[in-house]
Amino acid sequence: MKLLKKFSLSTASAVMCSLLIGAANAKTLRYASQDDPQTLDPHSSNIQPTNRVLSQVYEGLVTRDKNFKLVPALALSWSQPDAKTWRFKLRPNVKFHGGETFTADDVVFSVQRALSPLSQLKSSVQGVASAKKIDALTVDLLMKEPNPVLLNHLFNFRIMSKEWASNNKSETPQNYKDREDTFASRNSNGTGPFKVMSRQPDIKTVLVANENWWNKNSPEKGNITQVDLLPVKSNATRAAALLSGEVDFVIDPPPQDIARLKQNPDVKILEGREARVQYLAFDLSRNELLYSDVKGKNPLKDVRVRQAISHAIDIDAIHEKVMRKLSVPIGTMVTADVRGYSKDADQRLAFDREKARALLTDAGYPNGFGITLDCGNIQPAADICQAIPPMLSQIGIRITPNIVPQASYFPKIQKFDTSMYLLSWGTPTFDSLYTLQALLHSNGGESSGNGDSNYGRYANPKLDQLIEQIAVEDDLKKRDVLIRAALLINTAELPVIPLHQPLVPWAMRKNVVAVFAPNNTAHFFRFKLN
Amino acid sequence: MLAFIIQRLLQSVVVMIAVGFIAFSLFNFVGDPVSLMLPPEATSADRDEVRKSLGLDQPFYVQFAKFVGNAVQGNFGISLRLGRPVSQLLIERLPATLELSIIAASLALLVGIPMGVYTALKRDSWFAKFILTISLIGVSLPSFLIGIFLILIFAVWLGWLPSFGRGDTVALGPWTTGFLTVSGLKALILPSITLGLFQMTLILRLVRSEMLEVLRTDYIKFARARGLTNNAVHFGHALKNTLVPVITIAGLQLGGIIAFAIITETVFQWPGMGLLFIQAVQFADIPVMAAYLCLVGFIFVLINLIVDMLYYVVDPRLRAERSGGGH
Repeated sequence: MKLLKKFSLSTASAVMCSLLIGAANAKTLRYASQDDPQTLDPHSSNIQPTNRVLSQVYEGLVTRDKNFKLVPALALSWSQPDAKTWRFKLRPNVKFHGGETFTADDVVFSVQRALSPLSQLKSSVQGVASAKKIDALTVDLLMKEPNPVLLNHLFNFRIMSKEWASNNKSETPQNYKDREDTFASRNSNGTGPFKVMSRQPDIKTVLVANENWWNKNSPEKGNITQVDLLPVKSNATRAAALLSGEVDFVIDPPPQDIARLKQNPDVKILEGREARVQYLAFDLSRNELLYSDVKGKNPLKDVRVRQAISHAIDIDAIHEKVMRKLSVPIGTMVTADVRGYSKDADQRLAFDREKARALLTDAGYPNGFGITLDCGNIQPAADICQAIPPMLSQIGIRITPNIVPQASYFPKIQKFDTSMYLLSWGTPTFDSLYTLQALLHSNGGESSGNGDSNYGRYANPKLDQLIEQIAVEDDLKKRDVLIRAALLINTAELPVIPLHQPLVPWAMRKNVVAVFAPNNTAHFFRFKLN
Repeated sequence: MLAFIIQRLLQSVVVMIAVGFIAFSLFNFVGDPVSLMLPPEATSADRDEVRKSLGLDQPFYVQFAKFVGNAVQGNFGISLRLGRPVSQLLIERLPATLELSIIAASLALLVGIPMGVYTALKRDSWFAKFILTISLIGVSLPSFLIGIFLILIFAVWLGWLPSFGRGDTVALGPWTTGFLTVSGLKALILPSITLGLFQMTLILRLVRSEMLEVLRTDYIKFARARGLTNNAVHFGHALKNTLVPVITIAGLQLGGIIAFAIITETVFQWPGMGLLFIQAVQFADIPVMAAYLCLVGFIFVLINLIVDMLYYVVDPRLRAERSGGGH
């Protein structure tokens, strides 16, 4: 009840504020997305809909600029006194939205909170054991294991006010087991360019510009003073709302409507590259596949069969017809903006059915074989899943597509209950190690973190060794060489076949000037409304 | 009468427990919410930890027993998707759904009944035939299609009405209403037509056929022979006698409107319980689904109870039987 009163009050004050600021300066961006953030707690949810909003409200030690280069945020500079210590000098005179002054205590507290058992953002402080205050504006992060790309991880780390959290009994992230919501899951207090003025989950969340933001004079800054975040679940309605001018910006327009939206003179589409790769993977562990008509052996274990599959995929047709040109074909598992990407590894096998047939014949399958391909029911995965079988049937591989609801799909492949599957993989740290370790290292069991998403259980001791070296190599140059070697193994062995990097279309009214970011997040402070 | 009501309310508890049990036994098949709560790049250790902390690693009957135990104390758990108490979420969403359903149902009754009467009385006029033809569209087109058509015409082409949302609302205590603002009223128009159109055409056709039936009976002929005016015959005698089946259908349909406004709410992003439910299904948000299904079971029992009581009001024969049945 209290909550509702607060909502209506804040809506009223929102109206008042915008009246006071006056029409000349107020620039309200109405933003639509199919998802709403799960929570406002900076450390309880690490899924995209939450990160997209909270990264505007909370900040970390480092951030990324327009070109996605790591730059200082709440830290001014950093150094590594020794291999196990990172020292950060903090920015002075930064205020939280609630007026508290930002100090080293807040960093120590936020590191602790992000490392707590209930946190979903442990990966944002990967390798950190604890934080130590040196003085009011200096903090040491003490490492339990070296992490040469700590800064990449810290990009997702969010700092909250210690004082505010303890005054509101929100010292730890929300515990779902306790069956209650916490103050910090409904309210926020960061240092970022926007503050949350009101929030009605699934209806509307209003962000207003933080007038006291430390970086308000940044040359990248646009002119948005308020953002109305409007979740609109139905694809058709979201597109209609943009066409009718009820929203200014749609971050996830339905792919099938892009062509039509482009024809509308009031609407424009911005296509950007998200750091994500869609790929095919195989059961490379069992000696007999679960879902295949080949008995007694696993044809996919033969590299020639995997090469044949790669040769038989007409990636240009997928690009043209399935992705409606919203993709960039790729031959490696990391995209160009990820640390360690190498052009040599980014090589696709040419589309060549003759060669594919010859490879299959060599491998002992002149007439091909039958197999089931598992996919989630989200787009574009479901469409790709239907486009691939006819391509492979040309070389005799008979594929039965099995499209399952997303909520059942992950549990299925996590149990290794698959013979061949389609998945997409993002690299949120923008460093290759993350992808290599999770997708290509042999599956190390529950807690090791190695091969965690290697659901085909591919195992290559040589690659494992390389990945373990990369994890501890301090010298970034040497490290890049090792990463290149590891990526080249995938290109040669094809335990997973990368298909393409999806292009992400953003749809907006003509008067919106948007800046794309490879994490597929609209950083509103860079946006302009004309 | 009181005993009858109490008996029905007790039945509703049984219905809710049965619904809850069936729902819980099916939840194993809706998928794993944990895989959606965490990013796809999460480690398996992370996932196990979350699953354990939610109690999802236990068999369904244990989960169900816990749910009932907590529900009895008024605690329906916490939404996995939004991290807020389910009871609070349902209370917040209830006004939106009820306002939409009531408007849709009133529209269906206030337009459906008079048009049904008109088409029965003037069955050969071109206008009656036109109405009947149009009503076919209402019966046969699925509501999401009607909703999208309405959005296309009135929001995209004409720009008169909003395509989504509930407009500005005013909070009256715990109840948020859209009736008191212009944008709230405008936002109601398209969804309530979409939701009410099917019921309207159903009632129209039902009233028409019942009316035609009644107009052929002897007592109508006697009424005419007595020299009563047309209005008295049509509305005093004929219409009243067509209403019993109409009330049954309308009552059941109202339950349907409230419980299954899901499609309309999704198309129009109407922040009601239906939208909450569909998002819960996609997220495998078990606490919300369970509480919603139990609530819907309760609403159906309640509406049927009201319908049963309305029979007594419109049909004097039932009243006579009851009072005469004391021996």
